[in-house]
Amino acid sequence: MQYALLIYGEEPGSDVPDDAMAAEMEAYNAFTRHIAERGAYKGGEALQPTAMATTVRVRDGRTLTTDGPFAETKEALGGLYIVEAADLDEAIGYAAMIPGATHGSIEVRPIVDFSAEIAQASAGTPSARSS
Amino acid sequence: MRRRRRLREKTEELGRAAAIEAELTAIDPADQEDPMPITDDRLRLIFTCCHPALPMDARVALTLRTLGGLTTPEIARAFLVPEPTLAQRLVRAKRKIRAARIPYRVPPVDVLPERLDGVLRVLYLVYNEGYAASSGDALIRFELTGEAIRLARTLVTLLPDEPEAIGLLALMLLHDARRDARTGVGGELILLEDQDRSRWDRARIGEGVALVGQALQAGRPGPYQLQAAIAAVHDAAASPDDTDWRRIVGLYDALARIDASPVVALNRAVAVAMADGPSPGLAIMDGLLAGGALDDYPYLHAARADLLRRLGRWTESSVAYQRALTLTGNASERAFLERRIAEMDRAKRRTDGRAAERRPID
Repeated sequence: MQYALLIYGEEPGSDVPDDAMAAEMEAYNAFTRHIAERGAYKGGEALQPTAMATTVRVRDGRTLTTDGPFAETKEALGGLYIVEAADLDEAIGYAAMIPGATHGSIEVRPIVDFSAEIAQASAGTPSARSS
Repeated sequence: MRRRRRLREKTEELGRAAAIEAELTAIDPADQEDPMPITDDRLRLIFTCCHPALPMDARVALTLRTLGGLTTPEIARAFLVPEPTLAQRLVRAKRKIRAARIPYRVPPVDVLPERLDGVLRVLYLVYNEGYAASSGDALIRFELTGEAIRLARTLVTLLPDEPEAIGLLALMLLHDARRDARTGVGGELILLEDQDRSRWDRARIGEGVALVGQALQAGRPGPYQLQAAIAAVHDAAASPDDTDWRRIVGLYDALARIDASPVVALNRAVAVAMADGPSPGLAIMDGLLAGGALDDYPYLHAARADLLRRLGRWTESSVAYQRALTLTGNASERAFLERRIAEMDRAKRRTDGRAAERRPID
């Protein structure tokens, strides 16, 4: 099963020393190597800061473009990994290894498996019991 | 080929969903006469139900529903939640177990301690809801404490080397031993110092004391073991005056080092007041009141009121009791506080009266 590990944190200011930045990068590279060796790495990207973001909405056929992120929050999405894990605990284990977990937060979100969804829909879902 | 792979995946998926559903629903609400079979399956299920990825209220409900013998309507009544709300909570939790694939297994050793803490917290919460219940009906509350003790016993049997699990079981037993003495004929609350100690359950106390001793021998003291040790000191005293308050203050000191919460500090202040007199205890409580964290905590105001009462500061005591009264919903606690307010007001009138009589002579 695949999980998205969404890395939230305060965006680094321009005053971060180069060596600290390099150490952080190396820590991320080490993590990426670790999960790649285990065959768990399915993808990952770092995002440019929210100051570079543009938000787009289409309303009544008109494209509305605004500067900045969708929501101004103290902790912003800074990057993500997609991992293959046997269960939530394994995914939590990976999330805890992400360098950003020590100063920001990692949101673990299961990824929808459309092949399973479609198969289940065509088979008819078992009715939910309310007990 | 592709279709066949999909079919296989679908079958696996449905099989897994059905297996979890079966675990969560088919476990027979326990036959009270018949001790539940203690198996590794039950231990796995405890960790699934108490998984930190589930909201706390769902963990409690799921644990009681699948491991305890309680039905959905009973749990709903115990926590004063409408039945559909509780059913919905359970359905959502089960859906998350399936969709996020919360594992059905005992966590590996590196995360076991923190996961076990979570399980113990759920059981402690269930017990407390039954014991100290801020609201709810008496019969159901009695079942909650019974369930919590039974689940803690199961946990201790399955994880015999975890001192905090043993400590929690001991803590529950040592409090439960006083249950019959804790309320009067009208259901009103009777404080520890006023309880008829001959009504305490000596067998439970004996079992609890032995368990605390066993747990502490491991040399890894934790909050449940220390709280159980405190309860054991109370339970060992033949009368309130025989209580070893020095020892209790010492245990609270140890507890405060692990858990720096204001509630622990408040309990320590109560013990200090018993060991050294009301004034030093009151000084600590005034500090807590100024700190503000316990402003909405009725027991701080009630404990402060009690020390003010002992110091003969009737008016301040009455004010503090009134503040506690506005913060509590439990009927027997409210009745107790109302009695105390009436006493303080009478005491104040008596002193005022004497002062008034004296004044013309002065």
